Amino acid sequence: MAATLSASEAMPAPPLDATAKTRRPLRLGTKTWSLLLLVVVLLGWEVGVRLFHVPRFLIPPVSDIAVALWRGLAASPFAKDSLWYHTAITLTEILLGFFVGSAIGLAIGVVVSQMPRLEAILEPYVSALQSLPKVAVAPVIVVWLGFGIGSKVAIICLLTFFPVLVTSIAGFKAVDPDRVDLLRSLSATRWQIFRKAKFPSALPYIFAGLNMAAAFAVVGAIVGEFVGAQAGLGVLIQQMEAQMDTGGSFSVFIVLSVIGIVLTAALRRIQRRVLHWMPQDPAEQRAINV
Amino acid sequence: MQAVAEDYIRVRRLSKSFGDVVALRDIDMAIEQGSFVSIVGPSGCGKSTLLRIVAGLLDYEQGSVALDGQAIQGTRRDVGFVFQSSILLPWRTILENVMLPAEVLGLDMKKARERAMQLLHLVRLDGFESKLPRQLSGGMQQRASIARALLHDPKILLMDEPFGALDALTRERMNLELQRIWAESGKTVLLITHSIPEAIFLGDTVLVMTPRPGSIERSIRVDLPRPRTMHAMATPEFGRIADEIRDLFAHTGSFD
Repeated sequence: MAATLSASEAMPAPPLDATAKTRRPLRLGTKTWSLLLLVVVLLGWEVGVRLFHVPRFLIPPVSDIAVALWRGLAASPFAKDSLWYHTAITLTEILLGFFVGSAIGLAIGVVVSQMPRLEAILEPYVSALQSLPKVAVAPVIVVWLGFGIGSKVAIICLLTFFPVLVTSIAGFKAVDPDRVDLLRSLSATRWQIFRKAKFPSALPYIFAGLNMAAAFAVVGAIVGEFVGAQAGLGVLIQQMEAQMDTGGSFSVFIVLSVIGIVLTAALRRIQRRVLHWMPQDPAEQRAINV
Repeated sequence: MQAVAEDYIRVRRLSKSFGDVVALRDIDMAIEQGSFVSIVGPSGCGKSTLLRIVAGLLDYEQGSVALDGQAIQGTRRDVGFVFQSSILLPWRTILENVMLPAEVLGLDMKKARERAMQLLHLVRLDGFESKLPRQLSGGMQQRASIARALLHDPKILLMDEPFGALDALTRERMNLELQRIWAESGKTVLLITHSIPEAIFLGDTVLVMTPRPGSIERSIRVDLPRPRTMHAMATPEFGRIADEIRDLFAHTGSFD
């Protein structure tokens, strides 16, 4: 608390006008408020749990979680009980599954959108498969591919494949036919039309699919590890719960959140670079024809 | 040579239908090299269809269409097309948009770049080459698209209602600019419009089209001196031609 307050006092460019200063003595930014909220919630949590003697295996006090997190991170990265080891395995699964799954989804989306007939034939199967909750297939995939990393990668592929496929097909369908005519009027080849007009036009849609896929990839990894695995954060959660170490589980949740945040942020950075031409302001975005 | 120049674009007995709808019937026209021909008609008279056939974007069943003595089979490299909207690719800068034809046609990029800069100067967009299309006004975007259509130095410029989406004032300015660009570039221009004043102001010849089915009703020669200014619109000759076209539309029931 004290640190937050002193930070706010040190805020740059305090108003020189004395009256303004007295009227608004404490002007905190949104980020400071968010941080303050977190501190209050964590304090309330700690105090509440201790005050009402809530059993630790139900809701662990914040200090337990912090200790578990510290212990997990302080351990050697190669030790089987360290957070690093299991994080590395889960992260590998997520990245492999995400890249392979979205690449296949995009590739099929590209091929299918070049052949309207094929698209029409496949359409009912794509929507049928889409309505199937993919995690239901996870146990079967573990039976097929075993407890190693492969089965988890396959489950993530299955989860990430569909959003990218569906959004890329939608993206290629939404290409302004005038852009295709423009290229045609210049005697462009099919490949030139695709590369210079269709693909860039579909990119905003494809990125929407990739964002969904990134979120699904984390879900897929954990579900896959719950169903059957030798290592990974999902396995760690199950082991900890078996020992009623709920504080430990919560420390894994924190690691999972960090993975999710980092993935999303990385993807958003790439998106902003690739789609640099799109206005950031959503109101302006509606006016421009993507 | 003279005979070829007279019949630079030659359309004979051209007909085109979409299913049961006859879009064009027995179109005949001959366009001289270097001339500016306007085609005016109400919406639905098939004027855009005619232009798309000349551009090779649409195929046709009956009749013949020839450019410079060669029958049209698909699109050609020596044609520049300006669409109703500018169709600038939003992820490319203005310069990159103008250079698109060079990339597609595999031209020398260094020369194309020089030419693009000259064309941007011609359409008065100096200094805007590294801007994105959305940073330009509608009139500027359409001027950029004219520069793009001229990049590969086509002999023929086909324009499909290029100023239809612009406000009246911008449109008048664009008409003056287009007259200047045409005079400086020496292209053969075929312009589609639904504006009678625009057709007369720009054209050496105005072809009047009527709908159901689309056909050329009359060819009117415009003998106003060039370069024309906006005052040309106030001359008796201009008024006479405009009246003639309006009467034609009224008689053929084009305003129903």
